[in-house]
Amino acid sequence: MLPEAARSAPAITIAGVVVAIAAAGPLGYLIVRALDGGVAVALQHLWRDRTLELLLRSAGLTAAVTLVCIILGVLAAWLVVRSDLPGRRVFGVLFMLPLAIPSYVGGFTWISEWPGLAGFWGAFLVLTLVTYPYVYLPVAAALRASDPALEEVSRSLGKGSLRTFLLVSLRQVRPAALAGGLLVALYVLSDFGAVSLMRYDAFTLGIYTSYRASFDRTPAAVLGCVLVLLAVAITVGERRARGKAAAFGLTRVGSGAAREAMTVPLRRMRPIALLGSAALLLAALGVPVFSLLRWLTGASAAIDVPVLLSATWSTVEVSALGALLAVLFALPVGVLIARHPSRLSRGVELASYAGHALPGITAGLALVFLGSRVFPGLYQELPMLVFAYAVLFLPLAVAAVRNGIAAAPARLEEVSRSLGKGRFETRLRVTFPLASPGIAVGAALVFLTAAKELPATLMLRPTGTSTLATELWQATDVGAFGAAAPYAAVLIVVAAIPAVVLGNVFRKSSDAGSGGGR
Amino acid sequence: MNRFFFRRLPSIGLAVALLFPLLAACGNSDALVIYSGRQQALVGDLLGKLEKELGMDVEVRYGGSAEMAAQLLEEKEPEADLFYSQDSGALGALTEAGKLATLPRDDLDIVDKRFQADDGSWVATSARARVVAYDPKQVSEQDLPSDLDDLLDEKWRGKVGYAPSNGSWQAFVTAVRQLKGEDGARDWLVKFKQNNPQAYENNVLIRDAVDKGEVALGLINHYYYHRKIAEEGAENVNVKLHYVGGNDPLALINVAGVGVIKGSDKAEAAQRAVRYLLSESAQQYFADETAEYPVREGVTSTKHDLPKLSGIESPDIDLSSLSSLKETLALLQEVGLS
Repeated sequence: MLPEAARSAPAITIAGVVVAIAAAGPLGYLIVRALDGGVAVALQHLWRDRTLELLLRSAGLTAAVTLVCIILGVLAAWLVVRSDLPGRRVFGVLFMLPLAIPSYVGGFTWISEWPGLAGFWGAFLVLTLVTYPYVYLPVAAALRASDPALEEVSRSLGKGSLRTFLLVSLRQVRPAALAGGLLVALYVLSDFGAVSLMRYDAFTLGIYTSYRASFDRTPAAVLGCVLVLLAVAITVGERRARGKAAAFGLTRVGSGAAREAMTVPLRRMRPIALLGSAALLLAALGVPVFSLLRWLTGASAAIDVPVLLSATWSTVEVSALGALLAVLFALPVGVLIARHPSRLSRGVELASYAGHALPGITAGLALVFLGSRVFPGLYQELPMLVFAYAVLFLPLAVAAVRNGIAAAPARLEEVSRSLGKGRFETRLRVTFPLASPGIAVGAALVFLTAAKELPATLMLRPTGTSTLATELWQATDVGAFGAAAPYAAVLIVVAAIPAVVLGNVFRKSSDAGSGGGR
Repeated sequence: MNRFFFRRLPSIGLAVALLFPLLAACGNSDALVIYSGRQQALVGDLLGKLEKELGMDVEVRYGGSAEMAAQLLEEKEPEADLFYSQDSGALGALTEAGKLATLPRDDLDIVDKRFQADDGSWVATSARARVVAYDPKQVSEQDLPSDLDDLLDEKWRGKVGYAPSNGSWQAFVTAVRQLKGEDGARDWLVKFKQNNPQAYENNVLIRDAVDKGEVALGLINHYYYHRKIAEEGAENVNVKLHYVGGNDPLALINVAGVGVIKGSDKAEAAQRAVRYLLSESAQQYFADETAEYPVREGVTSTKHDLPKLSGIESPDIDLSSLSSLKETLALLQEVGLS
């Protein structure tokens, strides 16, 4: 007996399952490695008093960062999309950029300016500042795509701005905010850079210590399995919480009366909102940039222009290709989850998220193990690196694409089918264009995250190729901060590319929505 | 159709430009492949000279030593012909897994027995000394610690910088265990912790903290000091170095080293590369460019004011044993200093 989804959409189901198998590849490696010495040895590695302690510390950090990121991300998105915040277009782009700052750079700049920050609060601060865009971006996209009519109705019924925000806007963006929160949680669980610099004893520290101190991959794999289980639990929790919220507030389509999405006057709150936004950017962008400028005055500051240019080009190239492939992978998964809910599609979703809590070194070694066995000809070639990015960052694309598709009204697809268009053509000409803001956000998230990825890039890049992240690491590792600064600076500039592209996508899609047909 | 095509031209152009290297991707199977856990900024020029010396293509991958050792262990067929490591621990791990070939006796004989594997599977190419960095504004020369236990003195409370997550610190603690025994080491670490030492992420930050007077003493490797002088000029550097000497863990000497991957089809070229790294010109490079100690007798630095390696007393411990850090980490966790 085939599941419902497989009967109603065989092609998309097969594609989704293939993607899920690729995404679950690293988990296969993990199990092989964890059971290297037999089950008893694995349990022995697991059964240490420190395991539970580290797990609780990681869970606490994850919960705190996720909660604050959801609040910050939703507020920032609402201010940019719905309010009359001065300069909100500029803020709209700037709010995205901290995503390009690697957590090891963020951590390093904060700890070198304020050594007293070490510990929980330092790790909390740095991780919040580099991950809140995971919430901000999808929520801003959801707000832009959602029909403001509901909010107008609420206001016309005498509800104030605050109550409208709480009762209507917040419910409209709930699925996007939760999906973003999930990405934040998985990032924090997998992070090593910030927690090690802030000397916060987290779970990933145990994993790295196992590699670096005893060169033993088995305990690291056992601990990795624990992270996977935790990731699965959080993903299931998010799905429950998301529930049917997606049905609330659909994408505005068709030729309604042409009007700008209305802005909510902030009035007395305006200076506070402006100050808050500026403070957030000052902490998230200002502090790292300030440190970079100070590094630039160091004596090792010499810009090797050819290397900088080639590293910039490789970064843009591999990140863009990775984003493209991740989105291609995410399309069938997103359609399956949003349009054909079943046990199978939930399984596909879980498989695409499960490996995302693994620290970069474990995910990288998994791809080394698989790559050198399954595709020996492509190992340490560009296609392998692009494939690695697509698999490692698949959840970023899936979350955004799924939200985009879920928000697009299914009845338009039905109309298309009733007009005699085939299933494939309907997807291509109706579903995907409607979901384009979500798809664009997914591509941007993957691009930004891939651009700063380090451990897997070091292992899988073609020999001799370097990216901005690898050059940055090379320089900071020997303490040549002056030489490192240009690479970090360009990384932030490169991050502005998807930010600007996204702005265009949003403008076009809102023109198409309000401008009366295309 | 035409309009469609021209409007899409930029995107199509971009797609082709992005895809081009995909099609052009190809490896050079005739090159000698080196996995280098040592940074390009330190050894890039030297490996460039090596390429000329060997008269063949040399491809170098840079990464962290531990990560690259793990990568070599995960690869079905090791991609590298030569592994160049920042520390003896990663080399020891590969020796243990049987991944390294035995080096020729002639090459091993160039280097002091202290600085090579017992079974000849790796050899040191350069060395670094643990030193005590101090702030001369706070500490006079006669007050400097002369052994490990001096660091526990009340006058250093809250004034010693160390890097708990750093490999060099862990190697130092391993040396403490070897010289003082488990109980002695535990006792020393507990007292050290009670004296409220200040933790830093790495040696660079410790060095700069001592320079600024944040702490009075710092436990680091010698070359961070020489590189600061090279970068900022001697007149702008406040921090100074103190060599403890004697059979004391504070005087530990650690090494960077190299090993040939077993089963490499370019083993002969890889061995010539090892010989080059031990040659006088390569050893001169370490002494001058990285401010490390050469491992070959008779080479002295023309740029840095380095004491002679043979003149530095170092504790009598087996560097290969620095690969088994498990017990050290367990002890550090137990004491609460990790």
